[in-house]
Amino acid sequence: MEMVNITINGQSLSVPQDYTILQAARQAGIDIPTLCYLKDINEIGACRMCLVEVKGARTLVTACVYPVNEGMEVFTNTARVRKARKAVLELMLSNHNKKCLTCVRNRNCELQTLAEELNVTELPYEGEQTPSTIDDFSPSIVRDNSKCILCRRCIAVCKKVQTVGVIDATERGFKTKIGSSFDKSLNETDCAMCGQCINICPVGALQEKDGIAPVWKALADETKHVVVQTAPAVRAALGEEFGMPIGTPVTGKMAAALKMLGFDKVFDTDFAADLTIMEEGTELINRIKEGGKLPLITSCSPGWVKFCEHNFPDFLDNLSTAKSPHEMYGAVLKSYYAEKAGIDPKDIYVVSVMPCTAKKFEAQREELSGTGYPDVDAVITTRELAKMIKEAGIEFAKLEDAVFDSPFGDEATGAGVIFGATGGVMEAALRTVSEVLTGETFDNVEYEAVRGTEGIKEATVTIGDMDVKVAVAHGLGNARTLLNSIREGKADYHFIEIMGCPGGCVTGGGQPIQPAKLQAEIDLKAERAKALYAEDRALTYRKSHDNPYIKKIYEEYLGEPCGHKSHKLLHTHYQERPKY
Amino acid sequence: MLSQQQAVAFNGTKEQEAKLMEVISRYKGTDGALIPVLHEAQSIYGYLPVEVQAIISKNLDVTMAEIYGVVTFYTQFTTEPKGKYHIGVCLGTACYVKGSGAIFDKIKEKLGMPEGSNSTPDGKFSIEATRCIGACGLAPVLTVNDEVYGKLTVDDVDSILAKYVD
Repeated sequence: MEMVNITINGQSLSVPQDYTILQAARQAGIDIPTLCYLKDINEIGACRMCLVEVKGARTLVTACVYPVNEGMEVFTNTARVRKARKAVLELMLSNHNKKCLTCVRNRNCELQTLAEELNVTELPYEGEQTPSTIDDFSPSIVRDNSKCILCRRCIAVCKKVQTVGVIDATERGFKTKIGSSFDKSLNETDCAMCGQCINICPVGALQEKDGIAPVWKALADETKHVVVQTAPAVRAALGEEFGMPIGTPVTGKMAAALKMLGFDKVFDTDFAADLTIMEEGTELINRIKEGGKLPLITSCSPGWVKFCEHNFPDFLDNLSTAKSPHEMYGAVLKSYYAEKAGIDPKDIYVVSVMPCTAKKFEAQREELSGTGYPDVDAVITTRELAKMIKEAGIEFAKLEDAVFDSPFGDEATGAGVIFGATGGVMEAALRTVSEVLTGETFDNVEYEAVRGTEGIKEATVTIGDMDVKVAVAHGLGNARTLLNSIREGKADYHFIEIMGCPGGCVTGGGQPIQPAKLQAEIDLKAERAKALYAEDRALTYRKSHDNPYIKKIYEEYLGEPCGHKSHKLLHTHYQERPKY
Repeated sequence: MLSQQQAVAFNGTKEQEAKLMEVISRYKGTDGALIPVLHEAQSIYGYLPVEVQAIISKNLDVTMAEIYGVVTFYTQFTTEPKGKYHIGVCLGTACYVKGSGAIFDKIKEKLGMPEGSNSTPDGKFSIEATRCIGACGLAPVLTVNDEVYGKLTVDDVDSILAKYVD
């Protein structure tokens, strides 16, 4: 790439010629405020926060979209620039619903942060307010347009990254709002409920549907035996809500906090992830041996499953019938565990802490109630758990590590832990399938080819005398690309892992929200995944079928993987859903 | 928040759909295809209801949300059919300062048009706020199909509507 020479605030720089002023400034460590800008996803110069002065230019220009050129002299800190940016922000605040104290994003809001950084001390333009139209019909996502600043990041991530595109800007002028076709609720559209829109919303216009209130209520109900389970990815990010560095694993502190919150039992969804591998792995082996429908595609990600039901109904028979891990756990808790502990399943209240908003939708699926009761009663996100911990006055960072409860929790495998990262389910499955198919034991369990943050990963794994072709896609846009290539006959595989969110569960729609500026510098996907791979390496058991409690549950209760009892409790079915 | 219900039931014909499909195939794959397709679709059906937008979405590979965004952005696109009697109330500057806004509201109220809708559920009347129609000397002015009524007050609404009871 050809380089050009520019100066920013008098500082000489040599930068690639396809850079914008913003890219050049950030490379030089010069901060320019942004709001609508989302690296590689939303670069539209809409919010006007990044105004800078260019010598010779008639007006101020938007740094996020303005290309550099040879000899350009840029000034980011002149009186004219400061005044303009402040006016832009004051205008944005003029019709913003400024109920910050009670806002879900209080103290983690990019608009609030900018008001502080730009030293906004008065609101000179109090004008007409955008009416508060709240869409809370979706079981996963709530939208409040009175908080919206029309940055369009949500539109971009939904349309460009996820290729779902259920929201767009409608109307014009002051009446402009972000909404769905014919102002339908998100619940009436083909929204996958992945929640990626929440994670990139700079303000409080998008949030998860509240799951906290029913959980507090259940905890206060003495007739209920309230158990909680936590998904693998939660431990890789929960610490961020308490100021800990990104990628800090907090498994022990999380278990301690959950016990202090008053849950009767604190279990680890990792156990059920192992169970999923036993069922899904067996399903794969059966389909390969018996000439069943291939490729087999994983079904752990409820955002992906809903997307498939709307967009790829011709692939529904490819989806593994295995329930997702937390649903399996719920079913086992209300059957096997209920019997062992002598508790009436109607009194067991299962709470899932998930990095995911689509899990809230999934938990409401009627077919996921193999025991006659819903497998899972409530789903809260990682963010909501953090709120509960704060509300209870627990000083998270100071907690001593605790362990999960037995009989299900204290022997999780590394295979279960890595479910939280893209490629993790595939790797866990390969660890088990390779040994079951060959009858041998392998020491090297790390399948590097399916790790990493590349959008679509492919590998051929030799198991015995067979070449197993696998693929991993994360993010629904990548899933669409992969499935289209199979539809068109350009690719074929035996086994595919698909996760709805880019990066997999570690960057799911229920995970802690980091500002766009930080996300441009740090790859959250990779940093959080490191925490999981480190935990995997440190565990005694790294293969699902080695988990002694997995062996026990099949011996004592389930019989064999994909057997009669498993089918009743641990498997499900799917349905075509309309797109238009 | 409730979704907008369409006031009038859709009854597009196979012939109309075939015409629309021809239009779509003519534009498919070209940049900026959506707006000309919407224009032609509106001239085929008279309006752009959800059913027509769905045909376009599916066959032009543009999301429903994006189409709705474009349709609601431009005032020449409408999601409601014109009624048997189409009323245009001029909200141009001269008419507006002489009170046409109140006349517009009065007609909607009198005809019982639902909130957010500009037509009656039976499809008989529709109303549109027009820009200046060049009859400022008669301000405030309205039209019903080709009839022009000028120098109006809110009190004239009843007698005008009474002419269209059939």
